[in-house]
Amino acid sequence: MCRAFLIKYAEIGIKGKNRYLFENALVQQIKYALKKCDGQFSVRKTDGRIYAEAEGDFDYEDAVARLQKVFGISAICPMVYVEDEGFESLGRMVVDYVGRTYPDRNRTFKVAARRARKSYPLDSMEMNAELGGLILDAYPEMRVDVHNPEIVIHVEVRDRIYVYSAVIPGPGGMPVGTGGKAMLLLSGGIDSPVAGWMIAKRGVKIDAVYFHAPPYTSERAKQKVVDLAAKVAAYAGPVYLHVINFTEIQLYIYDKCPHDELTIIMRRYMMRIAEHIARETECLGLITGESIGQVASQTMQSLMATDEVCGLPVYRPLIGFDKMDIVDISEKIGTYETSIQPYEDCCTIFVAKHPVTKPNVSVIRRHEHNLDEKIDELVRKALADDEVIVVR
Amino acid sequence: MEVYLDNSATTRCFDEAARLMYKIMCEDYGNPSSLHHKGVEAEKYLRYARETLAGLMKVNDKEILFTSGGTESDNIALIGAAMANHRRGRHLITTAIEHPAILQTMAYLENQGFEVTYLPVDGQGRISLTDLEKAIRPDTILVSIMHTNNEIGSVQPIGEAGALIKKINPGTLFHVDAVQGFGKCRIYPSRMHVDMLSVSAHKIHGPKGVGFLYLKDGAKVSPIMYGGGQQKGMRSGTENVPGIAGMAKAAELVYEHLEQDVDRMYGLRQMLIDGAEGIEQTRINGCPGREGAAHIVSLSVRGVRSEVLLHALEEKGIYVSAGSACSSNKPQASATLRAIGVDKDLLDATVRFSISVFTTEEEIQYTIQVLKETVPMLRRYTRR
Repeated sequence: MCRAFLIKYAEIGIKGKNRYLFENALVQQIKYALKKCDGQFSVRKTDGRIYAEAEGDFDYEDAVARLQKVFGISAICPMVYVEDEGFESLGRMVVDYVGRTYPDRNRTFKVAARRARKSYPLDSMEMNAELGGLILDAYPEMRVDVHNPEIVIHVEVRDRIYVYSAVIPGPGGMPVGTGGKAMLLLSGGIDSPVAGWMIAKRGVKIDAVYFHAPPYTSERAKQKVVDLAAKVAAYAGPVYLHVINFTEIQLYIYDKCPHDELTIIMRRYMMRIAEHIARETECLGLITGESIGQVASQTMQSLMATDEVCGLPVYRPLIGFDKMDIVDISEKIGTYETSIQPYEDCCTIFVAKHPVTKPNVSVIRRHEHNLDEKIDELVRKALADDEVIVVR
Repeated sequence: MEVYLDNSATTRCFDEAARLMYKIMCEDYGNPSSLHHKGVEAEKYLRYARETLAGLMKVNDKEILFTSGGTESDNIALIGAAMANHRRGRHLITTAIEHPAILQTMAYLENQGFEVTYLPVDGQGRISLTDLEKAIRPDTILVSIMHTNNEIGSVQPIGEAGALIKKINPGTLFHVDAVQGFGKCRIYPSRMHVDMLSVSAHKIHGPKGVGFLYLKDGAKVSPIMYGGGQQKGMRSGTENVPGIAGMAKAAELVYEHLEQDVDRMYGLRQMLIDGAEGIEQTRINGCPGREGAAHIVSLSVRGVRSEVLLHALEEKGIYVSAGSACSSNKPQASATLRAIGVDKDLLDATVRFSISVFTTEEEIQYTIQVLKETVPMLRRYTRR
């Protein structure tokens, strides 16, 4: 029965002169999301609202699921519409709509009419009263409550007349593409995809880098990261995933540096490499899934040690989150099942039994000098062999 | 160079078997239950398969039950025997090193109120007949013992076990999981007092998704699937004609030069064992020499995680299997390796090489050479 969606947006409404930029981006994102849906849609922006109208049949469930992944949408209202053929015909249609939408009629309601086309013969107060009366006549079990109704039946008079009542929550946030681009360090664990999702929600386009360490990590571990990138891409649009072969760098660090500092030095090189790719691809920052104190490399001291090698801002949206809160989000966005597949990633393979938890930055720097002979060459080689996978 | 040494996982299909299957799928595709000519034609393939397989094992044609593979054969044998005989007794016997198709089915039967005795094995992975003798009771309805272990290649004394079981309790059914053993030696169920025997086609260069259960005439076993009543009601469902014919063809080819081929495989296995033993701190698990299976070498390499060694060999084109499915998140050390008393440190440092008739001496020499280069390199980098 639904023929169109009224799409409501939250924060864009308060933007000033840039508002049109945000609205246009949202229209673009909605078009992109619905392109993959079975059906033809026209998406347009009128009177400070966005409408997506179906041209012919479409897969309703699929369309809603896709719209629920478009950042910037605060609510999705499935609508029916009729051509204006007089009030009587509108009345019949509204009664029919209520009958079909609410099989359980023992509920309170009100009609909220809105007359954008002021030439319509009835004003909105009259419409509320008349339509309410018709609904009560048809379904005596229903009761009117104008202050706290269970159902609000919206009737909007424009070129056509639109009726809607259900409000499906959207994901909120800002349209992707309005906030620049950032490089996500994606590991295959639970946290990093959630971090990427959170930053994407603020309108940021996401690219990602994954450090692969064959033969210590398997092809399946890499596939898992591609799968996770695809889950993020369902919200954030195409993700360019950079796969960096990290084995030689890792083994070189293992040979030359104290073992308990291996993880921290390794992470410093990951940051350096990620920053390099980020700058080359016009990213404005890095994103990591770090949360204070979760593991040895995420204490405040360790974060300081990894942070200092990177000249770009590093966004850590999960920094104050508990693990359980992160798990909750990962379940909600569908990355959890993939994240818990048991394939080892390169951060865990050589990890010391007791890694340093409070690294001293000057000591770390000194030990990094042990790498001077070959490390630049190895980093250059790793960057040159960057494998880029476009994940949609 | 590509060297496939994971033949205990699955094997390459023989061309001749694949060609026969293609012909059946595209030309002789009738349903063997149909009354018309197309059906009769398809039924001929089933008869050919039955006669071939029965002939190879010197049993009666009607004692061959086609299934979807080793797991289904094992399930019919265990659940079918338990259901048909539970009024006579509720005690079952098996070994500690069976394939999950047996162990998990036994666990299910335990939940259904059956009692299961798990026979221990010695350091080479063999049961003791004395343990078996002590375990058999008047209410023992079924003994299930695997022929060849899939992880370490140990071979059980099936003939002696069969004789012993029938001497103590003639009413006890004897099932053998011969998925790894069939096609590596001649198996004659009736001489070994075996009532049921499971075989899978894709381990003997046949297709996946098909196998059979030798089911001795008169053995009291209930069906576990119901439907159109095919195969005398023991296994309903339209027969997988191309798969069944492909399996029979593969078995025929495997048996053609069985002794010579197995001799050659023993030679290659010995070569691989000798080469691997040349590497420091390694251990061969299971039975050495001719007492073990011709095709399986289980190698523990101290200080190298099996998954890492597997991927390192893969980089050189050598495909093997991790001896124990083990990962950082879910340590599930292999029950077989634990049962034969492999060191805790080695449980997660064990890989399995499994050879086939296609394996060449050159491939084994290459594998040994790669192992000798790779293992010391991997040992340099371990968790300290």
